Amino acid sequence: MTLSAYLPILLLIIISTIFAVASIFVSSKLAPSRWTFAKRLPYECGIVPEQSDERERFPVKFYLVAMLFIIFDIETVFLYPWAVVYQELAVFGLIEMVVFIVILLAAYVYVWRRGGLEWAE
Amino acid sequence: MSAILDFIGVGFIVALVKALVVFAALLLTTILVVWFERKVIADMQSRVGPSRWGPFGLLQTLADGIKLFFKEDFRPQGADKWAYALAPVLAMVPAILGFAVVPVGGVLGFGDTKVGLVGSDLNVGILYFLAMGSLNVYGIVLAGWASGSKYPLLGGIRSTAQLISYETSLGLSLVPIALVAGSLSTVQIVQAQAGTVGNVTFFDGIPILEQVSSLFKFIPNWFIWSQWPAFAIFFISGIAETNRAPFDLPEAESELVAGYHTEYSGIRFALFFLGEYVHVVLISAMAVTLFFGGWDGPIFPFLSWLWPLIWFTLKTIAFVYLFVWLRATMPRLRYDRLMWLGWKRLIPAALLWIMVTAVVNTAGIDRGVRLAVFGALFLLVLGFVIRGDPRQKTAVSPQRRVSSGTA
Repeated sequence: MTLSAYLPILLLIIISTIFAVASIFVSSKLAPSRWTFAKRLPYECGIVPEQSDERERFPVKFYLVAMLFIIFDIETVFLYPWAVVYQELAVFGLIEMVVFIVILLAAYVYVWRRGGLEWAE
Repeated sequence: MSAILDFIGVGFIVALVKALVVFAALLLTTILVVWFERKVIADMQSRVGPSRWGPFGLLQTLADGIKLFFKEDFRPQGADKWAYALAPVLAMVPAILGFAVVPVGGVLGFGDTKVGLVGSDLNVGILYFLAMGSLNVYGIVLAGWASGSKYPLLGGIRSTAQLISYETSLGLSLVPIALVAGSLSTVQIVQAQAGTVGNVTFFDGIPILEQVSSLFKFIPNWFIWSQWPAFAIFFISGIAETNRAPFDLPEAESELVAGYHTEYSGIRFALFFLGEYVHVVLISAMAVTLFFGGWDGPIFPFLSWLWPLIWFTLKTIAFVYLFVWLRATMPRLRYDRLMWLGWKRLIPAALLWIMVTAVVNTAGIDRGVRLAVFGALFLLVLGFVIRGDPRQKTAVSPQRRVSSGTA
């Protein structure tokens, strides 16, 4: 397995990006462009939009989800190499992994008990 | 001609042809899948569906695509110029890239050159697939944030939380596959599923189970038989990853207009659309590759190279049909139920299933112990998933809560 295995992927990136950019460009030449004031307003079901910075704040819950995601995603990444060589590690690998997962499950149970996974209420 | 070949190399030509074929096939597939979905849903709702352009309305999607080319593509005044332009490209490209590791057939020979029918057989195939799935989030976040409008922002945030929650269980559900196959390469995973279940010796010597398992020796040795809990977790997470019903909260029409792509029109909207449908096909193709033997199937003497492709296509169509069927059947989940399912059911179930798979596949442990652990943990996982949410009983009856004074 050499780097050449990634050549088709590199070419696919180039082809699909060119396709996306080119279709936006071609469309901008073909499509009409008649700008009006009302058309440029953000869509709010027909009423005149409230003038405020739309990107200001959103519930802190979402940050919590992002942090929990990072913990579990890193765990997943650790599990993959272990899984691939598992047949060679045998019992040693099993014990190591059970210790690892049990530690994480303890943290998981803690988060659950403290209500970190609750969404409503 | 041979001079040109020598100059840039056969490897480059093969890579270029592969990339072009994957890309062209995906565009064609998307056109057919959109038509397929509209036709199947129309059939389920006793309508005719698209019928004007081409035979059976086959060219309807193409007509819609051409129409979108001629539609005005404007940017709302609050939008961030570059992020707004980048988002549709970022939503489409990773979905197409994910297909590079899907093997659609064995090895073809052109003279001396042997070409595997896969974009690229990476030794980290599954990780690559998961990585491309994660990149999809960026397109949606940027679209929601850059539009400078309320509905896209809400849809984008919702979608991000949903995608990262289900990405975790998606990643965990594929660990047992890597463990059983001993490889992350999609081609090797398909090869590990060749043959029939006849060589399974796990239940030998146990009175009833042995007889039962001997009855099924003709069945292909696909991972779905031993790994169906992993498949269930994978497929549920996969539907959530593609933002499809019943997990289509990011674009819940009744609440958020169209979610993160509310402000997009014309060809940029078409790119989002393309990305979503390619993703549906990608999840279906990965389900086939990892759990249903990929291109594995009976091969008949005439046109022997074509059969793997046919089996792969038929299996993938079956899964795309399942996606459409679910959309026509299931109501949308409530947001807290969605988070509950992802964090409190799928993730612990996936972790426990990894342990079950590990114990069962350890050579050094006594088989009786392995069978006992398998049985006990299997029942635990099953009970855990089936039990449901204890809060649901109070949640569905608000009247009782009002009368007891807790509301």
